[in-house]
Amino acid sequence: MNKPENIEERLWEYLDGAGSAEERLFIEQLIASNAVWRAKYQELLELQDLLSHRLELDEPSMRFTQNIMESISKHHIAPAAKTYINKRIIWGIFGFFICTIIAFLVAAFAQIHWTGASNTDNSLVNLNKINLDKVDTSSLFNSTYTTIFMMVNVVLGLVALDMYLRRQKAEGRGQREKAEGSGQ
Amino acid sequence: MQTGPVDNEIINKVLQGEQALYAQLVKRYQNYVFTIVLRYTTNREDAEEIAQDVFVKAYRSLADFRGESKFSTWLYTIVTTTCITFLRKKKVPVHSLDTEQVFELADNQNSAFRANQVEQKSKIQVINEALRLLSIDDARIITLFYQAEQSLEEIGRILGVDPNTAKVKLHRARVRLKEKMEKHFTEEVKDMVG
Repeated sequence: MNKPENIEERLWEYLDGAGSAEERLFIEQLIASNAVWRAKYQELLELQDLLSHRLELDEPSMRFTQNIMESISKHHIAPAAKTYINKRIIWGIFGFFICTIIAFLVAAFAQIHWTGASNTDNSLVNLNKINLDKVDTSSLFNSTYTTIFMMVNVVLGLVALDMYLRRQKAEGRGQREKAEGSGQ
Repeated sequence: MQTGPVDNEIINKVLQGEQALYAQLVKRYQNYVFTIVLRYTTNREDAEEIAQDVFVKAYRSLADFRGESKFSTWLYTIVTTTCITFLRKKKVPVHSLDTEQVFELADNQNSAFRANQVEQKSKIQVINEALRLLSIDDARIITLFYQAEQSLEEIGRILGVDPNTAKVKLHRARVRLKEKMEKHFTEEVKDMVG
């Protein structure tokens, strides 16, 4: 506990006003009774005072504020992110991926012959006997249903993208008209 | 730190179209922002350019300020990201914490300080020069805590770490600051303590 680094750490906590009331009282007693702790406390207190109260802030040039005001006069405040991030699109993308994963899992599990090796009653043991080499993945990726499913998803994706871009274009046109209106 | 209308009132008015009021926020925080930026670059011209960029970015994103934290905390987050982007563009190596090379580099860059040890410096000068010898990470956290008056929770938010990590980083930074002072300004430190 009386290692110099421990003393410093605990004194800094004390100086920062951190720690429980009990801990603070204990440190106060140590400072009052122990010369090593007292000396370290004085040293850190001096440094704390310099850092907190006597260090001056740097100042930019006189034209600083003016330069910024000139710069921002050319800009507009961007709409808040929450107004242009459409949650329905995010949920749509999420739903699409979930549907795709579920469809692949259902198709894959449908091809496994679960009862193929059931000579014993222990089903957990049977799971180890499933021969994954026999799963026909070619029918999964080459089937007409999968192709239709993928095509429908692609078309839905394109429709969603088109709707999003149209809305963006309309919003941009509206903002330009508003800016031109206020500028006149 | 604040006089006059509170930050949120000014922000609401700026959002309603009173652009000129933004100057009040700039005046209120320009020295803080400029001081933090100077921890990333010693070139004042670069620092001024970055600080201006910070205020323009803050203005453009003002609608995203939701008032969940202090405006200053939100602004210093923009300072941090803008400075890192600037350093990357300029290809200045960003030194991470705990690397010995950082200190070797700092010692080499500032070897002139040793030569000047005969000259007695004021306490403020000693601290300022010791801060310049620190790594960016260390100098930044000390500036945020002491000069920008941010709490450990707020520093955590600015740096994207939890408050306990911020506390550990601050402690290490203070230890290193003291080491730098003792190593480079032995006489002055003796005077300070004595």
